[in-house]
Amino acid sequence: MKVAITSTGNSLDSTLDQRFGRCGFFIIYDTDAKGMEFIPNPNKDAQEGAGPASVQLVASRNVQKIISGEFGIKIKSLLDSLKIQMVVLKEPEKTIGEIIELLNK
Amino acid sequence: MSPRPKRLRKISNPPIISGFKPYGKKKTDINTESVFLHYEEYEALRLCDYEMLNHHKASVIMDVSRPTLTRIYARARQKIAEALVKGSQIIIEGGKIYFDSEWFSCKNCGCFFNNPDKQVVIKECPLCKSNNFSSYEQNTFETEESMIRCNDICVCPACGHEQPHQFGRPCNDEICPKCSKGMVRKGTPHSRSRNRRGY
Repeated sequence: MKVAITSTGNSLDSTLDQRFGRCGFFIIYDTDAKGMEFIPNPNKDAQEGAGPASVQLVASRNVQKIISGEFGIKIKSLLDSLKIQMVVLKEPEKTIGEIIELLNK
Repeated sequence: MSPRPKRLRKISNPPIISGFKPYGKKKTDINTESVFLHYEEYEALRLCDYEMLNHHKASVIMDVSRPTLTRIYARARQKIAEALVKGSQIIIEGGKIYFDSEWFSCKNCGCFFNNPDKQVVIKECPLCKSNNFSSYEQNTFETEESMIRCNDICVCPACGHEQPHQFGRPCNDEICPKCSKGMVRKGTPHSRSRNRRGY
């Protein structure tokens, strides 16, 4: 199963980004193969429509779960219709490595 | 006057298909018009006829009033009947709707998560795999917040006794402890006019 995590940087020590649409990087983590992919977010400085564009980017990688700090109002209905689970984690201090550890438990 | 805007109808899951096509046409000149069944009508039909709920329960799930649900349901049946009789195809699309899912909060790792697929029952937290989670109600938090925000005062029109207004309770239901009369909100034109009349 593939999980998307929003991140501020492109390393395991970077922290969880509290925004979804305008986050720095998306990390696609495969829980079965233990593989990871870092995707820089092209919509980081978008004026509007960053959320739906990011959903399209993430959905094209066939993820089933997205971990982020907050999801916008346009995204919730979109993800519900795509049957992608949202996980809201309000801890900006948590690093990507810690979250992946939690997922591997 | 413009009509009142339609309330958004809550849909749990979209249908797995996007429509139906008729087959075995007897005449070639049968109309090729299609019937557009809205998502809300599909949902009303699913709740009432597939899950066998009554209209009241279905209306609560779709977050509309009971008469509205009945109207949506009647329109759904009318459209399907029209498609069957005329032999036209049904396309499921459109309508004033939003997709919504249940939310849960995990007590172990402090995260919130939703259940996008209603058919699957969630057994564990998607992050920390613990089963120490409960369903999360956003509404309770909001009402508590607005209760704190309300700083109004109820005043007795007869003797002028004042007490803090209680959220969600009409001032008129509040009884003055001194003269056992209904109270009014302080500072409103209503309370001022009562005072002028010599109460």
